[in-house]
Amino acid sequence: MSEVAKMDTKSNSSSASWVTRLPKFTLSNWAPLVALLVLVVLSAMASEHFLIPRNLTNVLRQVSYTGIIALGMTFVIIAGGIDLSVGSMVALVGVLVIMLLNYMGDGWMAVTVSIAAAMAMGAAFGAVNGLLTTKGKITAFVATLATMSIFRSLTLYISDAGEMVSQNNHYPDIGGGYWMGIPIPVWLFIGLAFVGHIILRHTAFGRHVCAVGSNPKVATYSAINVKRVYFLTFVIVGFTVGLSAVMLSSRLNSVSPGDAGLFYELDAIAAVVIGGTSLAGGKGTLWGTVIGAIILGIINNMLNLMGVSPYLQGTVKGLVILIAVLMQFKRDR
Amino acid sequence: MSLPEPILSLEKISKSFSGVQVLHAISVQVNAGEVMGILGENGAGKSTLLKIISGIYQRSSGQVLVAGEAVEITSPSDAKALGIAMIPQEFNLIASLSVFENIFLGQELKGRLLLNKKAMRQRTHQLLNLLETQLSPDALIEELSVAEKQMVEIAKALVNEARILIMDEPTTVLTSQEVEVLFKLIDKLKAQGVTILFISHKLKEVKQLCDRLIILRDGELISVVQVSEINEQDMARKMVGRELNQVFPPRSQVQSKVALKVENLAVKNLLSNISFEVRQGEVLGFAGLIGSGRTETAEAIMGLRRRQTGDIYVQQQAVQIHNIKDAVKYGLAYLSEDRQGCGLTMNFNLPENISLISLNNYSKGFINHAQTREKAQQYVRKFDIKAASLDTELLYLSGGNQQKVYLSKWMDTQPQVLILDEPTRGVDVNTKKEIYHFVQSMTEQGLAVVVISSDMEELIGLAHRVLVMREGQIQGELRDQDINEQQIMFLAAGLQSQAAPLSTTLQENHQ
Ligand SMILES: Nc1ncnc2c1ncn2[C@@H]1O[C@H](COP(=O)(O)OP(=O)(O)OP(=O)(O)O)[C@@H](O)[C@H]1O
Ligand SMILES: [Mg+2]
Repeated sequence: MSEVAKMDTKSNSSSASWVTRLPKFTLSNWAPLVALLVLVVLSAMASEHFLIPRNLTNVLRQVSYTGIIALGMTFVIIAGGIDLSVGSMVALVGVLVIMLLNYMGDGWMAVTVSIAAAMAMGAAFGAVNGLLTTKGKITAFVATLATMSIFRSLTLYISDAGEMVSQNNHYPDIGGGYWMGIPIPVWLFIGLAFVGHIILRHTAFGRHVCAVGSNPKVATYSAINVKRVYFLTFVIVGFTVGLSAVMLSSRLNSVSPGDAGLFYELDAIAAVVIGGTSLAGGKGTLWGTVIGAIILGIINNMLNLMGVSPYLQGTVKGLVILIAVLMQFKRDR
Repeated sequence: MSLPEPILSLEKISKSFSGVQVLHAISVQVNAGEVMGILGENGAGKSTLLKIISGIYQRSSGQVLVAGEAVEITSPSDAKALGIAMIPQEFNLIASLSVFENIFLGQELKGRLLLNKKAMRQRTHQLLNLLETQLSPDALIEELSVAEKQMVEIAKALVNEARILIMDEPTTVLTSQEVEVLFKLIDKLKAQGVTILFISHKLKEVKQLCDRLIILRDGELISVVQVSEINEQDMARKMVGRELNQVFPPRSQVQSKVALKVENLAVKNLLSNISFEVRQGEVLGFAGLIGSGRTETAEAIMGLRRRQTGDIYVQQQAVQIHNIKDAVKYGLAYLSEDRQGCGLTMNFNLPENISLISLNNYSKGFINHAQTREKAQQYVRKFDIKAASLDTELLYLSGGNQQKVYLSKWMDTQPQVLILDEPTRGVDVNTKKEIYHFVQSMTEQGLAVVVISSDMEELIGLAHRVLVMREGQIQGELRDQDINEQQIMFLAAGLQSQAAPLSTTLQENHQ
């Protein structure tokens, strides 16, 4: 016992030199936010339309569809996976939701049930991806590449490749509605980001997600059920896809099966990466993803306002992703 | 030896990491063909110094001279060009590649068009033969034990026939047999004029192997001495800066209650017929050569390996352990020998690592961060963990300090049975002592401890009983006065010895 006490006194003196913190270079951690601010200032200077409230809410609304998915995607990527099927999944859930709505008829009841069903379906499709990667032991990239194709083809088959239009009169109020002057999808995006942040930073599950992504073997030896965690991240992204599908389909009150959600996976992954989450897994933040999504949205908006050919917009987006990844690479050094 | 000329001179080498100075103006000359030992506590700066020589880190100031010429070593390939090779403390192997692919990584032998795999395999085979291991050049790294990985790292450093060979704790995971082989090899290299820089926390080894010693403390050069002029006691004193006595505490009283009992454990192709028990307050040692199945036994108990047969009783209750989560639930803890690969999440900070297994104790829905930090701070104090701050990622801790964090992580689960696999791997003498005393204080409180160790002294100093394994079976049991190096070696090598065969001692137990 006395030995323990002695250790204590000793460590006090010897650790004194280590109290001086290594000043951790934090500017790099703030890079996404700095980039966003710079972008806002540049945009405001480049176009007088940019800062008009209606334009800003529009940008945010546009961002929220992929942004919501990007939040779920952040979990998957931190855990070391990836989900390429989200775009097709949006279309599939969207089509199914509208079929359900039309089956149930008009009224708020139908809307409520349909939204609940959308979340459940999204989670279920996510669970399929989760099972393929954990039980089926197929890498996430390949498994979700396959389901991406499957979900899209099912969407086209179910809808007979025709536009699906909802008969419900209340449904458009969801995606097209406002609350305190801000579109509902934006509220949802912010709200989910907040909830996601709490889960990732302040719950055991979130901690486990990071541990699994950082080193699955260490996680296993730390009594973490790695497969369960991995599986659940796919369920989470599926759930966010379900919500995004509701927002998207209710805004237009319809879904066109061929191009709903097209390239959403790219935008979602890009938002995550621009937000500073490492594709290698193990670390990342949700506020980074929010900023990443907004950066992408503003770039799109500016290119439109400045009349840049839509065909060139992909190039710009690609360059931004490259810059983000290069910066990340530097940070890891 | 007439006036040896220095092959390597360090002049006032200093190094800081983001403002914290870890090396203070180190000046040393190393002669051609000598074995220079480097001693120091965990975090003293040994690895940092040698990483500067091998181009992994850049010095902040000072000068390096190789064979009298000032050189700039800005990358490992510069070092290679100068004939400097390093066996790193933390393995640097690619898990999905084979042994020979790792050894020739970045310097593949090429035929006219394609890789010359045959030549690479052959050369690898030669090197492994030199090290007297049975490893196949085609074995995948991810399937190797820690000791085997160490052998691959050694072979990798040998492939270029360097004239300065740096070894950062190459023996921590090796058993005495393999160490013997390594030392023979070092003697051979030395005779060929190769200079060797050798870090180890095993003072006996250092005494046996080295010609001279550099002793560092807190980044300062304390002294450079001839090994013949210093004994182990003095080495320890110089490292720590004060007297160090009674490394091993007196053993605790073994209580009557059996804490863990394993019956007839078998794992396909690896283990058969493993039966033993540990009582509360007892320290049970496991000895054996590499590949004898000690780690596998622990992993099978913890539910990390599929058991063919085997019953496990914790506190006299039969328990079903299907996975490590079950094991933790029943109060079992297992500190793996592979802290890098299985132990620590390198991009987590101290509290995040320490609370990872015991997280439920800190979270009722949400994690109580303040509490995890407070607890981490307690362990930092208890084990004298040297880190810039609690928020430092584990990556930036010295090897020995990582080990202490790992121990904290498992202690935080408040286990009833603690299985330690090479618990003092890479830990300095002073901390070893602290860990031994800590283990003792825990056994006083009724903890049962299983120690798997390649360090004979550790087993002899700590254990009440030692089981010696060989080829997946328990070869014999030694207790009290019978626990000595010779007996352990006898059993480990499968030789008949004076030791009581297992069956009779077991019978005694059950009387
Ligand atoms: N990359 C790094 N960034 C910041 N600090 C570092 C880094 N590498 C080492 N350090 C610090 O420098 C000090 C010296 O570390 P070093 O690895 O040289 O110790 P060591 O003598 O080899 O210890 P051990 O016996 O535990 O291996 C440590 O306190 C460590 O925290
Ligand atoms: Mg070291």
